[in-house]
Amino acid sequence: MSIRRSFDEHSIWWRVAADFLQSRVAVAGLVLLALVALAALAAPWITPQNPYDLMQLDVLDARLKPGTPSSAAGYTYWLGTDGQGRDLYSAIVYGLRISLLVGIGSALIAAVLGTGVGLLAAYAGGKVDALLMRLVDLLLSFPTILMALMILAYVGKGVGNVVLTLVLLEWAYYARTARGQALVETRREYVDAARGQGIPAWRILSGHILPNCLPPLLVIGALQIARAITLEATLSFLGLGVPITEPSLGLLISNGYQYLLSNEYWISFFPGVALLATIVAINLVGDQLRDVLNPRLQK
Amino acid sequence: MNNTLPLVDMQGVSKRFGARPPPGALGRALRRLGVTKPPLVTHAVDGVDLAVRPGEVVGVVGESGCGKSTLGRIAAGLLAPTEGSVRVNGQLLNGLTAPERLAARLRVQMVFQDPFASLNPRLRVSRIVGEAARLHGLTDAASEDDYVSAQLQRAGLDPALRHRYPHQFSGGQRQRIGIARALAVQPAMLVCDEAVAALDVSIQAQILNLFMDLRDELGLAYLFISHDLGVIEHVCDRVAVMYLGRVVESAPVDELFARPNHPYTQALLAEIPRIAQRRTTFNTIRGEIPSPIDPPSGCHFHPRCPHAFDRCRSEVPTLRGIAIHHASACHLNDAA
Amino acid sequence: MSADDVPTLEVRNLQTRFHTRGGVLPVVDGVSFTLARGKVLGLVGESGSGKSVTGFSIMGLVDPPGRVEGGQVLFQGQDLLQLPPAARRALRGNRIAMIFQDPMATLNPVLRVDTQMVEAVLAHRRIGNAAARQLAAETLAQVGMPSPEDRLRAYPHQLSGGMRQRVAIAIALLHGPDLIIADEPTTALDVTIQAQILSEMQKLVAARGTSLIWISHDLSVVAGLADEIAVMYAGRIVEHGPVDAVLDQPQHPYTQGLIGSLPSANRRGARLRQIPGMGPNLLQMPPGCAFAPRCARASAACSVMPQMHVPRAEAPSHQVRCFHPGVAEAATA
Repeated sequence: MSIRRSFDEHSIWWRVAADFLQSRVAVAGLVLLALVALAALAAPWITPQNPYDLMQLDVLDARLKPGTPSSAAGYTYWLGTDGQGRDLYSAIVYGLRISLLVGIGSALIAAVLGTGVGLLAAYAGGKVDALLMRLVDLLLSFPTILMALMILAYVGKGVGNVVLTLVLLEWAYYARTARGQALVETRREYVDAARGQGIPAWRILSGHILPNCLPPLLVIGALQIARAITLEATLSFLGLGVPITEPSLGLLISNGYQYLLSNEYWISFFPGVALLATIVAINLVGDQLRDVLNPRLQK
Repeated sequence: MNNTLPLVDMQGVSKRFGARPPPGALGRALRRLGVTKPPLVTHAVDGVDLAVRPGEVVGVVGESGCGKSTLGRIAAGLLAPTEGSVRVNGQLLNGLTAPERLAARLRVQMVFQDPFASLNPRLRVSRIVGEAARLHGLTDAASEDDYVSAQLQRAGLDPALRHRYPHQFSGGQRQRIGIARALAVQPAMLVCDEAVAALDVSIQAQILNLFMDLRDELGLAYLFISHDLGVIEHVCDRVAVMYLGRVVESAPVDELFARPNHPYTQALLAEIPRIAQRRTTFNTIRGEIPSPIDPPSGCHFHPRCPHAFDRCRSEVPTLRGIAIHHASACHLNDAA
Repeated sequence: MSADDVPTLEVRNLQTRFHTRGGVLPVVDGVSFTLARGKVLGLVGESGSGKSVTGFSIMGLVDPPGRVEGGQVLFQGQDLLQLPPAARRALRGNRIAMIFQDPMATLNPVLRVDTQMVEAVLAHRRIGNAAARQLAAETLAQVGMPSPEDRLRAYPHQLSGGMRQRVAIAIALLHGPDLIIADEPTTALDVTIQAQILSEMQKLVAARGTSLIWISHDLSVVAGLADEIAVMYAGRIVEHGPVDAVLDQPQHPYTQGLIGSLPSANRRGARLRQIPGMGPNLLQMPPGCAFAPRCARASAACSVMPQMHVPRAEAPSHQVRCFHPGVAEAATA
């Protein structure tokens, strides 16, 4: 049995994975991302302190240098502490949780909502299509940060509100891409064949057209996660995102900003590095996905 | 020709693309001023009568822009005609209930030209072939697998391959999958839209043999659309020649090839390369095929016709009988 | 030896392989033929036979993962495969030209026809823009283009398929090449337009003494145009000879199968004679004759690669690659 035969026998997702793994850089990004995700999941077990539990914080330990042992609790602050005495390592790991939750959560919800709208617009055509796409155009023409600030100012702070805001801003990208791809697919002959066989429209949309629209949506999804994380960090940095008691990476950076000039760099620096690493990893994975899923580059 | 009820009976069918409803006063004013233009309307099909009886193989032949593909889709129920009526088993589709309409649609199935585009690349063959049958109750969950295997076998494919994806098959095999999909809903008629045009000669022979076998085994009728006169001559009982949306000649196949009447049919037959003609000088008719957006007035063929005269420019010739079952739309027949 | 004695093209044992993830595909596997001046060779085969890649290999247009890996391509005595890229570029479009199946492979959709043709002229000749445009207009008229001046000012999408192909042919003819390789140029065109283009190609080739390789899967088209036919299967030429000899007395079972499966060669309504089995899988080629698994005459001898030889003494230029050549046995429908 030749190698080529067995390669082709697998489903398209297996082959996509095989192509993806060809790039060492992307694999490195994927590994890093996996580590970050694992760390976030295992947060309670790999950190000595729960930084959101105010009872565990010792204000007297504030702004200690990296490597200083704690006064009372018996562990070392490997990355130092912040202005409220939080162990920065623990804060970063828990902050990653929030970042990933917000990023992936908002991307997923926006994807489902946006794809649904895009598919509907493509299949319905005519006035429905025009109306929905003008709405999308409207949303996409506003500057994102400005819109986010306005919405958050109205609904107030909190992780849930941040997710809501991001979903409201992001669904338009998915809608536009899904509609474009669906328009192409709707003209294909296999859709005509399905119609000719009496398969109802909703089933054609979900079972026939949607699977073919997934590749560009996947790419957008991956890159949107990075964007959402960045956006959340920005909002938190500006003080409009998560509450102070549950700092995400953005808020940690913001908190440490005032101490930068007094040479207590670590309070902003380490959360910044963590954020950077996460986003770079996601972008590397997203870039490789886009190249792999690009039909023109496929043989 | 027997008088049994046709499976599909198209009468006065026309299809226009791009037409808009006539504008109101403001719209007319804008047009008069030249601000807006009337939309470009494509006259894809223009007043065609065609019927296919059970067990019959009717061929439709023509070149690009003649509307044969559009006509095929109207016959298969994928497009609604702008004018005219389509009766399936004698019934107009408008007056039917939803389940009756579905049954009418399943009676006429289409086999497409492009074996690569007509199968969904994300679905396994078993789903492609079995989905509609399962959905419409022709098989149930327990026996679906056997049903799909039976259809594939009938189309000449090894049922063991049914869990694969389309890209793992060759062009001829994919065409067989498409045929199995059509057969799975138990149709009475297949509309083959250039179904063998994209295939190699040796594979074409296999698929044509399959069509003929299915006709013998299942009594299927065919509407066979092709530009290849050699194929049409071989498989069809009757042929209609189309040019720019109109049927210009129709006859039993022997009659058409032996005594072509319309100048376009004659030119088409003269210009097919034949393997027995060596180092010939090719006979050509001059001119390009006009666009269906702006067809010539009167007889559409008059700019290229070697025998055109004045009446051809102004008056549309009607399709009328010139011999038994042989109809042609040409003013030259009147002069005789 | 006068210039007329040197054949325009002599291909010796050309080998082109594609290195894919699944393995190495011998797409062109030892192709040899000679083409004299002013002659038309019909290169016939089905998909996967390697006929198009042969044309690309001669032109030097094979892209990775494909590579020409062996053999010689002697154009007027000079081996093209040994030439440096600059020298090959000087020949391409000038002395050797190619016409593709899809005219949009030649034409740039965002440039006007006259821009593209003038560019093609100036690539190999130092004349003024006006003179180049004049040459373009004349060549368009020669390929049968109605009202060439109007067409020159048009963009490719404003022209029909047949007209675009005429532009592509005109571009190929601009510098009066000695060799034209046409890869299925009329396959996508209507019968009436195809007839027009075939007629024009015939006249042009006869008038200028150009050698022409016409690659096609359609035996009937090739029958009308070619002087010689070479039939390819699985990367090798399996039969080669004058057009009458090959089509009237085909010796190779594959050629016989091809001719026999044409609807016109069968009784109306009868089952078409079909070649059993499936096309060759280039990754799993049998050691000997590639057609053996599908051949009714195959024997133990066929596990060794047959060489081209002359089966009939009365037709010395008709060669076949088969251990069991011969006229077909009585047809079994």
